[in-house]
Amino acid sequence: MRSRRQRQCTRYNILMNILGIETSCDETAAAIYGPAGLAAHALHSQIALHAEYGGVVPELASRDHVSRINPLIREVLAQAGLRPSDLDGVAYTAGPGLIGALMVGASVAAGIATAHGLPLIPVHHMEAHLLAPMLEDPRPEFPFLALLVSGGHTLLVDVQGVGRYEILGESLDDAVGEAFDKTAKLLGLPYPGGPHLARLAEGGGASKAWRFPRPMTDRPGLEFSFSGLKTAVLTALPKARNEQDRADLAWAFQEAVTDTLAIKCARALEQTGLEQLVVAGGVGANKRLREKLGELARRQGLRLYFPRHEFCTDNAAMIAYAGWARRSEGRLPHGKLFTTPRWAISELQPPTPATA
Amino acid sequence: MKILALDTATEACSVALSVDGRIQERFETAGRSHTERLMPMVQELVAGAGLAFSQLDGIACGVGPGSFAGVRIGVGYTKGLALALDRPVVGVSSLPAMALRAIRGGASRVLAAIDARMNEVYWGAYRATADGLPQPLLEERVCTPVEVPRTAGGEWTAVGTGWGSYGDALRAAAAVEPRQVVADALPHAEDILRLALPQFQGGQAISGDALLPLYLRNKVALTLLEQAALRASR
Repeated sequence: MRSRRQRQCTRYNILMNILGIETSCDETAAAIYGPAGLAAHALHSQIALHAEYGGVVPELASRDHVSRINPLIREVLAQAGLRPSDLDGVAYTAGPGLIGALMVGASVAAGIATAHGLPLIPVHHMEAHLLAPMLEDPRPEFPFLALLVSGGHTLLVDVQGVGRYEILGESLDDAVGEAFDKTAKLLGLPYPGGPHLARLAEGGGASKAWRFPRPMTDRPGLEFSFSGLKTAVLTALPKARNEQDRADLAWAFQEAVTDTLAIKCARALEQTGLEQLVVAGGVGANKRLREKLGELARRQGLRLYFPRHEFCTDNAAMIAYAGWARRSEGRLPHGKLFTTPRWAISELQPPTPATA
Repeated sequence: MKILALDTATEACSVALSVDGRIQERFETAGRSHTERLMPMVQELVAGAGLAFSQLDGIACGVGPGSFAGVRIGVGYTKGLALALDRPVVGVSSLPAMALRAIRGGASRVLAAIDARMNEVYWGAYRATADGLPQPLLEERVCTPVEVPRTAGGEWTAVGTGWGSYGDALRAAAAVEPRQVVADALPHAEDILRLALPQFQGGQAISGDALLPLYLRNKVALTLLEQAALRASR
């Protein structure tokens, strides 16, 4: 074990190994980001557990996090060849998310930090999503436009640097992933609906019997609204008589959503003059969205960055990285343990002193 | 032996430290602020005793029953400590911990009831052994106050918030008139420590990975099939 003095000397330098812990919703995950980049990551998905209930049951999510987290942490320590005492900080998702679930990861992180006098680094879950493309090679350089699309968020963000975020547009009602899930439920698809809907849509489109509006694209601005689309599907549903009709409906819904996202991205790029587009969050895994944004990038000569599929959805690699980017903000585990169910990304500030 | 104990399962937040048999405790009624108080209380106690965490031989943890979210703070923290220090843990239920406190105060038989909300109590019955430890007379359970089992008569001490909320129903169902009711009794880390010490000494401690809350209430949501069955029955 290194002495405290040695650790003080390395506290803010790039040689730090940061453990990241994610338990904000229905994935339990751990990862280590260190001097050579991402050293290890591991994840347990609770999808099968919640599918039986038709959606995430927060209490069951918390219970599963408690029983799963330690082996995942052991796994990443082993992968990285580190002992707990070799760590230089512990980052955990502090919010936004399910408060009971967040508290599990926070408490385990606090225990590890207490054991070796390590700084604890609370991480904003959406900032971590936004920085996830930094785990890839090539990675974007600041500044860039970020489209954050998940079950809880739909955001267009002007990213000038770590903690320098200007929200250009967001959803006025349902998040895009939420609209996917709710529409999937209307179509009788199992939880989690988004990927199932996308699969159903692959067999659709031919009849073009349905065409839904591209909400809020006929007026200026970068806001989104998706709840009307869900209602449009509900209205059309009685006319869907067979499996092909349902596939066509799914296709029409997906086209409307992905067109809308692409139109607003193009508009935001034009408005800001930014030349890189970063897409993050679970809906970033959607194939049609990737195709349409790829086309936009080719047309306008932009550079487009997606994190790999497993870093689009919730994971701890992005938490470890965000914690590493904010390693100067760690606090010894002597005070209040911070978690919060709601936390606006616009409240974030650049790390002090700047390290990224 | 140097053992740290902590408990966040109920309104109380408490930590205790045993250094070669000498026990110190910090106890606060924290309400919902366990996340604010636990870490400072642990630091004060361990640093105050002049110890480094690496000198601990194990960690004892209150595992409930109690508040689901509350108990996971202490259990999660203990799991993190145990993993990072490579030390074993012992989990102790809130109910025998409360019974031990009553026995240390002179009780010979104890009925422990914690208000479990939703018109239910967490319930346990104990008698004092010759060594002054609580021996369970039945399996801990969660049930409505009218469902608690009848006792076999005799002198009982009643402890716990369940007695404050449902005293009359519990008296009737258990068929007891307790000689004393301590309705504001809460689990203490000191008692959790006293119950855990023999287990550490006897080599019965476990890996922190295996430490889990004792919820007692295990049905917390209906599956899709159960939801459908419920709709069909209406």
